[in-house]
Amino acid sequence: MSVLTANARDSGVLTWRNLMNVRRQPDLLLGATLQPIMFVLLFAYVFGGSIGQDPDAYREFLMGGIFAQTVAFNSAYTTLGMAADLEKGVIDRFRSLPMSRAAVLLGRTFSDLVVSALGLLVMSVCGLIVGWRIRGSFLDAVLGYGILLLFSFAMSWIGAWVGMVSGNVQVAQSAGFIWMFPVSFVSSAFVSAASMPGFLEVIADWNPVTAVADASRELFGNARPGILAAGDSWPAQNPVLWAVLSCVAILVIFMPIAVSKYRKVASK
Amino acid sequence: MPPSASQVAVRAEALVKTYGSTRALDGVDLEIPSGTVLGLLGPNGAGKTTVVRILTTLLKPDSGRAFVAGHDVLADPDAVRRSIGLSGQYAAVDENLTGHENLYMVGRLYGMTRPDAKARAKELISRFRLVEAGDRPAKTYSGGMRRRLDLAGALVAEPTVVILDEPTTGLDPRGRMDTWEVIGELVADGATVLLTTQYLEEADQLADTILVIDRGKVIATGTADQLKGQVGGERLEIVVGEPGELAKTAEILVAVGAGDPVIDDHQRRVTVKVDTGPKALVEALRRLDQESVTVLDVALHRPTLDDVFLSLTGHSAEDDPATDAKAKRGKKGAAR
Repeated sequence: MSVLTANARDSGVLTWRNLMNVRRQPDLLLGATLQPIMFVLLFAYVFGGSIGQDPDAYREFLMGGIFAQTVAFNSAYTTLGMAADLEKGVIDRFRSLPMSRAAVLLGRTFSDLVVSALGLLVMSVCGLIVGWRIRGSFLDAVLGYGILLLFSFAMSWIGAWVGMVSGNVQVAQSAGFIWMFPVSFVSSAFVSAASMPGFLEVIADWNPVTAVADASRELFGNARPGILAAGDSWPAQNPVLWAVLSCVAILVIFMPIAVSKYRKVASK
Repeated sequence: MPPSASQVAVRAEALVKTYGSTRALDGVDLEIPSGTVLGLLGPNGAGKTTVVRILTTLLKPDSGRAFVAGHDVLADPDAVRRSIGLSGQYAAVDENLTGHENLYMVGRLYGMTRPDAKARAKELISRFRLVEAGDRPAKTYSGGMRRRLDLAGALVAEPTVVILDEPTTGLDPRGRMDTWEVIGELVADGATVLLTTQYLEEADQLADTILVIDRGKVIATGTADQLKGQVGGERLEIVVGEPGELAKTAEILVAVGAGDPVIDDHQRRVTVKVDTGPKALVEALRRLDQESVTVLDVALHRPTLDDVFLSLTGHSAEDDPATDAKAKRGKKGAAR
């Protein structure tokens, strides 16, 4: 059997194993879906009234941001999963088997991608309930979901690396989430980046979360009236292109880092 | 030259591994003839797990060579992985998968097809008496059941060499007996087994040859009987009624015994090596009676492996707080 098919088979087996774990431990899934629902309700009804001129328009704007934030948080679940496997000694058994070396990481990031897709589905239904609609073409909508999933997958690789650096589940529990807060809030997920003071605006403009949030708004055809409008920086004007580019950049940087870290932690 | 796989299943030569300033392995050699069981015996932190990690390709030695089933662990790790089954110190079963699913997963990762992996899982589940629990998640299993499942996992691909790293550590007596039975069957089937343990009784029960390892060095090799022979013949133990009688008793035991008696004040017990067995026992009792010493208990026993360990290393095998702490640190590192 060729190396590639063996790799795909082993990754598939581990993806299945991880998904069975999710199925038997539904509390994890609950966390992954309840948190974004909470954010939707919080921002739509608590803060929403004082952001922008029109609460209905804000809810339409908000959903793109929540989508981006939800898939970005996927990295934290990868962090937890990696740390738990390392701690339990399961990785040792895998390494003593004649299986593909990359399968542990690929299986983990694939299964988290599936969980992420489920989260997106729940979010979309939640969005439809609060008044959000897909107003663009079918193809654009597909592209929009595609970018969200690509971003989820890319963030998962950062998460895998963070999980291996953490070393144990306790550390991973805080390390996996803590960096997500500034990353998801210093962005246009909830407010327009143009409303932020100087240097924060620059960071927010180039933040991939902004790009992914803005790209989904653009592709889902969600209007951005008044102070919710995008700025005039290059990334703000080309969110789709910048979203794809930054996802690719994250993958190009973090896949090799995670793989080499895996080799190191696993051979101690 | 790699050894021919038909006679020698496992060979390690001069393995050295250091962690910082600690020499975890300081030149370990070992050889396991095909179809035999080698017991690697030593306290926590002696280096047993390091040997296992090197032989299973999880860890590279700083120097030295090792061959498993005729394959070089450094040059051809994948071939080694195809020939071994490892059952670890921590039962590495997936808690949320059922018994069947765990074994199916391992089978698939050995490259079996779906139907083959399913059939093999079913076969092992019944062989390891897990039929009733086979469709329940492993987190509902008792310690002994988990260990059996982990052992079954090591056998999925019918490996030529089975490596069991402390298979009964942390099990209750029932679980331990259970696991011994399973290992016994394995051995009867002709598998080559490397077994690490810190229980002398376990090595005595299961191993053809025992390798005693302490602080990264092999300090003795042989069958259980040979090792016991090294310590010398039997031991005569006398427990007396009054502490004041200890000195007198020791004097008498010097006369009948073959070495210096050891006095345990606390237990009011005197022990001495004897060469003449029951004769020495009778003679000692006769003299003690003459001196009117109150004898509460008498025993003549063959040396246990515990005695062997004590005489080889000067400390007992089962409790050594200093090396214990080191071992724990080592494990933490390994988990990272």
